[in-house]
Amino acid sequence: MSVAIVGVGQTPFSRNCGVSIRELCFEAFREALEDLNLTSKEIDASIICSAPEYDKQRSPAGLISEYLGLTPKPTFYAESICSSSSTGVKVGYSFIKSGLHEIVAVIGFQKMSEISSAEVQERMGRGADTQWESPFGTMMPAGYAMYARAHMQKYGTTEEQLAKIKVKSGKYALLNPLAIFRREITLEECLKARVIASPLKMYDCCANADGASCVIMASEEKARKTTDTPVWVAGIGAASDTLSTTGRSNLTGLTCAVDAAKQAYQMAHLEPKDVDVAEVHDCFTIAEIMAYENLGFCKPSEGGKLIEESQTYIGGKIPVNVDGGLLSKGHPIGATGGSQIRTIVLQLQGRAGKTQVKGAEVGLVHNIGGIGVYGNVTLLRR
Amino acid sequence: MSFDKFGKISYLSETKVADFAKYLEKGKIMATRCNTCGKLYFPPQADCPDDLSTDMTWEKLSGKCKLLTYTTAHFAPAGFQDDVPYTIALAQCEEGVKVYALLSRNINENEICIGMDLKLTPLQFPNGRITYELKKA
Repeated sequence: MSVAIVGVGQTPFSRNCGVSIRELCFEAFREALEDLNLTSKEIDASIICSAPEYDKQRSPAGLISEYLGLTPKPTFYAESICSSSSTGVKVGYSFIKSGLHEIVAVIGFQKMSEISSAEVQERMGRGADTQWESPFGTMMPAGYAMYARAHMQKYGTTEEQLAKIKVKSGKYALLNPLAIFRREITLEECLKARVIASPLKMYDCCANADGASCVIMASEEKARKTTDTPVWVAGIGAASDTLSTTGRSNLTGLTCAVDAAKQAYQMAHLEPKDVDVAEVHDCFTIAEIMAYENLGFCKPSEGGKLIEESQTYIGGKIPVNVDGGLLSKGHPIGATGGSQIRTIVLQLQGRAGKTQVKGAEVGLVHNIGGIGVYGNVTLLRR
Repeated sequence: MSFDKFGKISYLSETKVADFAKYLEKGKIMATRCNTCGKLYFPPQADCPDDLSTDMTWEKLSGKCKLLTYTTAHFAPAGFQDDVPYTIALAQCEEGVKVYALLSRNINENEICIGMDLKLTPLQFPNGRITYELKKA
């Protein structure tokens, strides 16, 4: 029995959404159910995904499922920081595959503006091992910057190549009405921007945002009754790596992404060359370059060259993040995975508008939690 | 003495390896070794998941290490904003374990190169708190 994605939704990603978390989730849920032969009463279970340190509400699953009219069906919370909603999709897949449930809603959200910037600063330092690494003043950009430095040293990757990832991101974000930053940006602007954690500068980093996403999943039988354009989950993989930096054996790639990709390709009987369009977790520019290598779009060491040659633009070897990616869309932690899945589903349904990759049949979503702690790769097929 | 004296800011005080701070105050940077399988742990651990053993021995590190990667932070989390810029590093100790620490401010940014020899050294802050840092070998 196959499992399908039948509906997808996403709110605009913004700096300050001005509404409550349940209202934010409703917007994404409403879009996901549009045009489906399905009412909310037919949804068997819901999985609510976010990073709890940004929530004022304790245990948001109950609140959100109530607002979406999903009570008394089971609901619960899933978290793997920035990949929470991909984790939710994996759990939803298992629910349907096992026969426990037939239709599952995966709702990801984050209202990062709900807490003050002082509170954000305080939480930033606690993403690392709080006993042995946080006491040195670390934070997310520093973690990825250490990978960038090692990648540059080992493979000769340059700051210009990193900047070219953001240039591509800006070009496509201009065409995405839901992105937080909708403007083209030049290579010079990227290179002149202030340093955050060397070699990463301001435009090498994504921004916090408010937003929600929704993915409606269904069994094959239910999917066919619900929509004419189901998108099938062909492969799904997940892996982890140490939270600590000292535990890492590879400093030029994310092992959890390599492992998750291997599982997903194997399950789908697909290879990297079969992928027509991909969404990768570009929380920082270096993350996209490593993703090219870790997903097999090029050999390890050649990620910089792939963007240099514009191979990840539409018309190139493998279009990547043609919705602007996290770098320009913004990164509302819990909503990001669902947003990436939405982009690929629209591509495979031929509904991606100006950024449509012609004839796309297979799409990939790479969603990472933390600094390479939680790796998730999902392969979708028309 | 509890562990909450460790680091510029400490996020926890209770741990089975609190003696690490006591040793550090005496100028010793200690790892733990599992007496069952022989695996060396740094940062030190009280428990070995490989064989579920809790039989561990403290073992002093020589401090000799090489730089694996680094970044200079110009933006910092709460409590560290007044310290920027500072350089966070990951180094490989000669015993095989890795250490995460700041590079000494005595090393100029243009001198830093991956592979350089470093010395892991205890450091006391003026307020009495303790940590370790990576100095030029």
